Amino acid sequence: MTSIATSPIDNNELGEFGRSSADDGRGSSVVFEVSNLSVSYSGKLALQGVEIEVYKNFVTAFIGSSGCGKSTFIRCLNRMNDLVPGAVIEGTARYHGLDLYGPDVDPVEVRRRIGMVFQKPNPFPKSIYENVAFGPRVLRMKEGLDERIERSLRSAALWDEVKDRLGDNALGLSGGQQQRLCIARAIAVEPEVILMDEPASALDPISTSRIEDLIHELKRDYTIVIVTHNMQQAARVADMTAYFSVVTPEDGGSRHGVLVEYDRTAKMFTNPSDKRTEDYVSGRSA
Amino acid sequence: MAPPPSGAIAGGAPFSLRSSHRHYGEKVIQILLGSCALVSVVTTLGIVVSLVFPALEFFAEVSPVDFFTGTVWAPLFDPASFGVVPLLVGTLSVTFWALLVAIPLGLGSAIYLSEYATSRRRVVLKPMLEILAGIPTVVYGYFALTAVTPLLRQIGIQVEIFNVIAGGLVMGVMLIPTIASLSEDAMAAVPQGLRDGAYALGADKLQVSTRVIVPAAMSGIIASFVLGVSRAIGETLIVLIAVGQQAKLTFNPLESIETMTAFIGATGNGDLPTGSTEYKTIFAVGLTLFVITLVMNIISIRLVRKYREVYD
Ligand SMILES: Nc1ncnc2c1ncn2[C@@H]1O[C@H](COP(=O)(O)OP(=O)(O)O)[C@@H](O)[C@H]1O
Ligand SMILES: [Mg+2]
Repeated sequence: MTSIATSPIDNNELGEFGRSSADDGRGSSVVFEVSNLSVSYSGKLALQGVEIEVYKNFVTAFIGSSGCGKSTFIRCLNRMNDLVPGAVIEGTARYHGLDLYGPDVDPVEVRRRIGMVFQKPNPFPKSIYENVAFGPRVLRMKEGLDERIERSLRSAALWDEVKDRLGDNALGLSGGQQQRLCIARAIAVEPEVILMDEPASALDPISTSRIEDLIHELKRDYTIVIVTHNMQQAARVADMTAYFSVVTPEDGGSRHGVLVEYDRTAKMFTNPSDKRTEDYVSGRSA
Repeated sequence: MAPPPSGAIAGGAPFSLRSSHRHYGEKVIQILLGSCALVSVVTTLGIVVSLVFPALEFFAEVSPVDFFTGTVWAPLFDPASFGVVPLLVGTLSVTFWALLVAIPLGLGSAIYLSEYATSRRRVVLKPMLEILAGIPTVVYGYFALTAVTPLLRQIGIQVEIFNVIAGGLVMGVMLIPTIASLSEDAMAAVPQGLRDGAYALGADKLQVSTRVIVPAAMSGIIASFVLGVSRAIGETLIVLIAVGQQAKLTFNPLESIETMTAFIGATGNGDLPTGSTEYKTIFAVGLTLFVITLVMNIISIRLVRKYREVYD
């Protein structure tokens, strides 16, 4: 397995590949530092030996065919896998140097700082306002709630469409609007990181491109990790890309996902180091 | 494109889509199943008719105004008095105490089962809870009379031998599985995505349960409450055994009262001459009970519709 965690700072090739530069200072520090992370569900290995560093204010994309463990991995980063009965996580995942799975880490506190947007838009069956207010309310950030909600909806590029109907049920919004509402809802608690698991896969092309534009906007203020099975999407939005794949061990072990290669997006798509990445990005393998 | 030459489909034979064999079996089954459904419809109609006619005869003899506003219930006395208010209040009073137990405990059990219990615990606990629902009500009745009432006296609550509170509390316990089971079904049907969304915002389990799952399952939860109320209003044996038959107009739970069902149950097995006013009283009270339940069900359907959320 070749898991290469390339630091963007001492990468000699910096700037060689189009918009991979971080002249604006993004990517200068490490947010997540994952080493030898494996996940199994009820004893069945799903993902093994992941090594990766995720950089601040970068968009990091996880690509790979379905079932290779992308969702499994992204859910480790905010301890959402705690909610899956039978899920066991081994190895370490550090967030600003702190072990996310350390003994006195509160998963609720973790999720407060590391927000998440899901594949299927999942607004609560409440008003638009109450959806965005939910996080601030449960975290008792009561001051200036109205302003906070407006700010969040503006950041999610939804304000103009909903400002006159904040009291309407969120389920009445279109799929794309619902997903932007979920992004606004995540932003409202001021996380540092936003994890997005295929946030546009249930949306039409126009809504998809709005979400992608939004990701470009958001990376100034947030560190974004996005799972996508759409390579063009990764190429469009991501600074760094990680390619996951399923391997079948020769010693007869069960099929599981691994991280094959991790590098600058531009390098991953034009000059990958691993043959498997090359096959995948050129469409020669699933 | 030119139309295909005629006869090309059926290869010479005249083209037909008619069935080549008759489905007699299917007709028979349809009729059989249809008549099953019919039985319950006809029975319901029969009940309504057999309630309405004697009740109408009753109201020809006793003014409806006296019946619904009168505060003295003494149909077997001389002079008789047919004010149903004490029975209505009695029913209301027992129902209140029953719900006071059943709603919090039922909903609490449902939240525990749906959101807190591991699946292994759930498969053990849910059937156990449902066993409670299978205990005959006569058992609950004697439990109230011979265990709860003495216990209340022991801890210093001066209840009469027959009293509202023992019957009401025990009836509440009887209703817990109804409310818990239906509410749990409704909560389990809430899409996992809503839980994930709430947890991802830093909500804890209690917040997810009370602010997301319960509101999202509200229509089913309300339906379970209404079913609980209907069963409390209609429950007969517990009140007959433990609450008594004194048609007093009081909200005091320590005293004995009479409910509508207790009156019907006790009077119906007496030897009143058919056709007497006293006999027809049973049907007037029965019809009142029926209408109350009907109105409750209509309200619940409205509420359920109002709170139903659409998930795709
Ligand atoms: N909750 C779960 N319980 C059991 N197995 C799971 C669960 N979630 C995912 N898996 C398994 O883990 C593997 C990786 O799945 P997933 O992370 O969803 O892949 P991806 O998101 O890349 O499509 C698959 O084999 C899947 O069946
Ligand atoms: Mg996935």
